[in-house]
Amino acid sequence: MTIQTPNGFTLDTSGKRIVVDPVTRIEGHMRCEVNVDSDNVIRNAVSTGTMWRGLEVILKGRDPRDAWAFVERICGVCTGCHALASVRAVEDALQIKIPNNAFLIREIMAKVLQWHDHVVHFYHLHALDWVNPINALKADPKATSQLQQMVGPDHPNSSPGYFRDVQNRLKKFVESGQLGLFKNGYWDNPAYKLPPEADLMAVTHYLEALDFQKEIVKVHTIFGGKNPHPNYMVGGVPCAINIDGDMAAGAPLNMERLNFVKLKLQEAFEFSKNVYVPDVIAIASFYKGWLYGGGLSGLNVMDYGDYEAIQGQKSTDRLPGGVILNGNWAEVHPIDPRDPEQVQEFVTHSWYTYGDGDADKGLHPWDGVTEPQYKLGPDAKGTRTDIQQIDENAKYSWIKAPRWKGNAVEVGPLARYILAYAQGVDYVKGQVDDSLGRFNALAGTSFTPKQALPTTIGRTLARALEAHYCAEMMLGDFDNLIANIKAGDRSTANVEKWDPATWPKEARGVGTVAAPRGGLGHWIKIKDGRIENYQCVVPTTWNGGPRDPKGNIGAFEASLMNTPMERPEEPVEILRTLHSFDPCLACSTHVISPDGEEMARVTVR
Amino acid sequence: MDDDRILVLGIGNILWADEGFGVRVIEALDERYELPGHVSVLDGGTQGLYLLPHLEDAAAVIIVDAIDYGLPPATLKLLRDDEVPAVLGTRKVSLHQTGFQEILALLRLRERAPRQLLVVGVQPERLDDYGGGLTPAVAAQVEPALAAVLRLLAEEFGVVATPRRSRERFTAPAISRQDYETGRPSAQAACRVGDARVLAGRPRG
Repeated sequence: MTIQTPNGFTLDTSGKRIVVDPVTRIEGHMRCEVNVDSDNVIRNAVSTGTMWRGLEVILKGRDPRDAWAFVERICGVCTGCHALASVRAVEDALQIKIPNNAFLIREIMAKVLQWHDHVVHFYHLHALDWVNPINALKADPKATSQLQQMVGPDHPNSSPGYFRDVQNRLKKFVESGQLGLFKNGYWDNPAYKLPPEADLMAVTHYLEALDFQKEIVKVHTIFGGKNPHPNYMVGGVPCAINIDGDMAAGAPLNMERLNFVKLKLQEAFEFSKNVYVPDVIAIASFYKGWLYGGGLSGLNVMDYGDYEAIQGQKSTDRLPGGVILNGNWAEVHPIDPRDPEQVQEFVTHSWYTYGDGDADKGLHPWDGVTEPQYKLGPDAKGTRTDIQQIDENAKYSWIKAPRWKGNAVEVGPLARYILAYAQGVDYVKGQVDDSLGRFNALAGTSFTPKQALPTTIGRTLARALEAHYCAEMMLGDFDNLIANIKAGDRSTANVEKWDPATWPKEARGVGTVAAPRGGLGHWIKIKDGRIENYQCVVPTTWNGGPRDPKGNIGAFEASLMNTPMERPEEPVEILRTLHSFDPCLACSTHVISPDGEEMARVTVR
Repeated sequence: MDDDRILVLGIGNILWADEGFGVRVIEALDERYELPGHVSVLDGGTQGLYLLPHLEDAAAVIIVDAIDYGLPPATLKLLRDDEVPAVLGTRKVSLHQTGFQEILALLRLRERAPRQLLVVGVQPERLDDYGGGLTPAVAAQVEPALAAVLRLLAEEFGVVATPRRSRERFTAPAISRQDYETGRPSAQAACRVGDARVLAGRPRG
């Protein structure tokens, strides 16, 4: 049977059904089902978040000043962005303006998080979708050294001896039978295209990335008191500044600590410039014929915008927000998260209910309702506790379906980069044009941004470029912070409205963040000093959500459409494209894997 | 790695009832005891791979966690070294992409695995209670687990914990065990159950 979706995709469910559950190397629990035609091309895709999310409801009745500490516990990697969205929402509701130092420290923390998250995602969760570590054993270290010097000439670790050492270590590790992290790959699948020398370069950087990720988070410890779970505070940041103070534990920020921060920011900058971005370009050049996975990104993208150059002036966002529809980069629609008609969540195909008669209604997050209703459709196979096959015509996911004025949109670094490119942000334009030039030179192609960006590879590239842009921006934030402190401003918190007695009886606010996976929004309603309603619309909800009442498919589902699979029983291509979104269903999911199986289970029926 | 650094690591998600056990034991340890400088206490929450740097810096690691051993609810169990990966491997460290086995494998690949690995675990009674605190039976094991950690520190490493004098705590007050558990909204206001499919076969309260 063929269905035409309003957003332009042709779904055909007649072919073989492939079930991947769980989708591995992601945060949280996710299931994916696709139908492939007789040529093994994906013609229908179904994305299911498999766990109840209950965050909002447990915040009811709590102190709004504490919400950040709860939301930090939703998930292990998004801790800081949820906390930031939360304090921004409360400050918006109570109209609290934070001191400039606090603004700059939060900016640095947010960008450190972005950088860290993107690096970890690429090397540890996504690289193995492109890189074959077993193949790296066959590499000639001299060839790897040459490749390194060609694609990343400024990286100091490039000698044949260095790569030989890593190869020997890898060999010893593989021969000891502790395949561990590499054991569940599909290493003889022809979907892997890198020559051995490129595989060895990438595996080497996989190990180097661990060193960098470990250093950069120390910035969170300095500004946030600790890591994991740095401290946040409504009204500012919970660290004091005493520029001439000593280094005792718990002491205020002093010059020595700030110098240490600067050093870490510079190291991050060098790594993304010399290693991360060149790696993505080099790997991409070997996959030049694999420009699948664009899905919705070629049509509709959205972000709220972030990184104000001037505090409090949204128009100075260095990654400006907006919405692009139907691939028309010439027109960017403004977005207003407060407008009840713009951002709305639908539950027609989600395991929630808005009450009888309101099944197809869209609710703005301020009026959001999170009431579970777990029901399988008539065509589902299996039982409630052991689903064999989802019925996507009925309710089929624990994720809601958010829409912008009824449109399904993609969010994430790629969406932000398309929006910034379309709005002529010089830095982003320079980055995109330069990296595409390098890609085309290596691959012998002549792709334009409009051809290359809305793809799985483009999504992965945009993330790398964004990491480096953040490194660039946070060095500037740091200089501004020092200048501000040296000018005599020591303030880090505005506590004028700390006391709930100063608050209005009722207030509502929204806080948005350019989170690593895309635009994140927290909406809060405060009544009598307590949280009356709290809704988080997280990036993976936008991307991974199910269909809406009109039948529009979301970004995950759209991205898989029309992708050919080498071997349907080995979902390399599905995982590659889904991973390119950096899915994080933790915000929507619970902790326990029923059997701890690491391997994606695949069923072909 | 440093020669004598010891890490005491509590892991779990405090938002899911007994799943928060490890974090709560660590919280009690931190609230009441001071430890010498080479011993660090870490609330690992639900972090997976992100714990790697902390593990790398340690010569020995004591993990406190809720783990399904198939034992009667609230049973405490101590595991050592080679027994650890097998048990922790039966589930993810957290909701995370990285199983604990994978972290150990990475540590080995980098030749920086801790020499000694100890786990103080409890069999959870109830996990499918979103927003809930520890069940009474598991809560009653916080003190014995804390005693077990202190005993391990003393017997294995000669580390003496002294009662805390200063008040510098690491858990944000709002999610400290008492505030978290007493501030919970009613079951009517906030649905507490999880997804029957993923929770099927889990121990029930």
